[in-house]
Amino acid sequence: MVHGSEKEQPHGPLEWIMANGGRFAISLFVPIVTFVVMWQVFIWLRDSHASKPIIAIVAIIWGVGGVALLFVVSNWVVEQLPMKWMKVLQPYVFVGPALAILAWYLAIPTVRSLILSFYDASGINFIGLDNYVFAFTDKAMLESFRNNILWMVVGTSLSVIFGLLIAVLADRSKFETIAKSLIFLPMAISFVGAGVIWRFVYFYKPPGQEQIGLLNAIVTAFGGQPLGWLTIRPWNNFLLIIILIWLQTGFAMVLLSAALKGVPGELMEAARIDGATEIQIFFWIIIPCIQGTIVTVSTTILIATLKIFDIVFVMTNGLYGTEVMASQQYKQMFKFQHFGRGSAVAIILLIAVIPVMIYNLKQFRQREA
Amino acid sequence: MGNANSLRQQRLISDILVNGGLFLLCFIWTVPTFGVFVSSFRTRDDISQTGWWTIFTNPATITTLNLENYNNVLTGKEYVYKSPSGDERREKGPNLSQSFMNSLTVVIPATVIPILIAAFAAYGFAWMRFPGRKMFFVMVVALLVVPLQIALIPVLRDYTKLGLNGTFLAIWLAHTGFGLPLATYLLFNYISQLPRDIIESAFIDGASHFTIFIRLILPLSTPALASFAIFQFLWVWNDLLVALVFLGSKPDVSVLQQQLQNLVGTKGQDWHLLTAGAFITMFVPLVVFFSLQRYFVRGLLAGSVKG
Repeated sequence: MVHGSEKEQPHGPLEWIMANGGRFAISLFVPIVTFVVMWQVFIWLRDSHASKPIIAIVAIIWGVGGVALLFVVSNWVVEQLPMKWMKVLQPYVFVGPALAILAWYLAIPTVRSLILSFYDASGINFIGLDNYVFAFTDKAMLESFRNNILWMVVGTSLSVIFGLLIAVLADRSKFETIAKSLIFLPMAISFVGAGVIWRFVYFYKPPGQEQIGLLNAIVTAFGGQPLGWLTIRPWNNFLLIIILIWLQTGFAMVLLSAALKGVPGELMEAARIDGATEIQIFFWIIIPCIQGTIVTVSTTILIATLKIFDIVFVMTNGLYGTEVMASQQYKQMFKFQHFGRGSAVAIILLIAVIPVMIYNLKQFRQREA
Repeated sequence: MGNANSLRQQRLISDILVNGGLFLLCFIWTVPTFGVFVSSFRTRDDISQTGWWTIFTNPATITTLNLENYNNVLTGKEYVYKSPSGDERREKGPNLSQSFMNSLTVVIPATVIPILIAAFAAYGFAWMRFPGRKMFFVMVVALLVVPLQIALIPVLRDYTKLGLNGTFLAIWLAHTGFGLPLATYLLFNYISQLPRDIIESAFIDGASHFTIFIRLILPLSTPALASFAIFQFLWVWNDLLVALVFLGSKPDVSVLQQQLQNLVGTKGQDWHLLTAGAFITMFVPLVVFFSLQRYFVRGLLAGSVKG
């Protein structure tokens, strides 16, 4: 409410048209002009034969500078207008580009994907719900649903449990910082990098040869037969989920550890004096105190597991019964060129996150009120 | 006395349990990475014939560790190997240095652009009044958890029409779009909490919104900007899906993750290439992560769910 209030809005139909036209123009026109200029330069850059590093540097400066310039120029234009118009239009200088990009990349694609999901592979013929019928009857799709549920339930719960366990242990240890850093480290590693690391753990060589994969080396050291871990249905799914747990536990630990520090010490002290055991304290005091954080962490990991793609793509490419929804979508898009089915899978993913979306909006409303 | 002693004993036991458990978990968590790290310095034949733990069971082999694998994956030169049976094999390294450059070219603008756009928007939502303010911000909150899969096909179609597929601009804008809801939301939370007095007194001194934003808000928001920057940096650097879809498989634009994934696909048995390649892709994020961990944790605590 610092500058310009809702009461200063223009009156009269002509002014209304001018104000909204101006808002629209500032929100869209300026970003579009910027985009067109940037786009043309990029086409030119792509086709030019300058040396690679020079193209890279020019591209970076052009890209970042172009966006900065967009704000400077559009603000300058608006500041040249009479005071009244400036007040009406300036907010859109600030939020316009963000809204335009959000609309292009997320809001409108939601509608477009929904529409596409009712069309055939080419996107020309309307086929009603056929793509959804396919999604809920096809063998590979059903398998990917089952696997996704496995990922969501097992991956999320174990990440949270391990995160909580480590947070509690670290809280009582002198080595808190270093332990947390080690557990946290995989968060910086990509799914592909993690894939390489774990492929090496699960690596299989025929019996008789020296095993170089850690898991088979341990198995053979105890006299067992080496196994091709990633090909054993359905257990290979759990082996892939372990990679996710390895990556996500650090995330859960950091948030839960911060929440643990907020549990009032007097409360635990009082319980101890009353003779409560540590386990009772954990379940009856600590858990209820950090409930909110547990919900947040679980939801975040749940959404990540819902969209899981890279691990499966790198480790098994969906073979041996490890397909998940996102890898199915990718296959429908690029392997089968079936945009209708790909869109239907995307819509199913979207429907699955709607409860979280509603929860977020409720939280936001409460805070605003 | 006896009571104090047994208390001390109890303390000791719980100390051992806590630290022992913690050590065990940290050990399990670190071993896979450590194994690959050690392997990346071993020779081609060593990796494929003996486990990496050989350097502990047979410490003499430590002297064979070298940087050859890194050299091999970075330069893309042809290498000659002698296999144990005596015949020679020629092999071309995968040249990750080109994709290292591509990754940098993708990640810098794909981090700066969304931050810039989101910071302006966050200021607009926090300190300006305009019709639709609430509605648009509700849209931002709603888009927080929308899976990016929803956008792949429609945006890919737009890019095909515009001839943008396989350009850096395409992937910058895509990462910008997918990162914007969270960026706007996090920065809004921070910027709207800045003290009103500072901003009001700047107005009284005759500063415009633009000047206040550049001179006052941006410097004050450094912690929030830094924590989002790290998030976005790690996402973009580690992303495979968006790069696969919008950059395609052309080697002159492909990023590190794509190259590494290619290596897994085509040379899945060549552990000397995979291990060194994996560490090259991890190097930058690990440096960023450890030098800026403080901001990263702060960002995590501020709440972050990305669609």
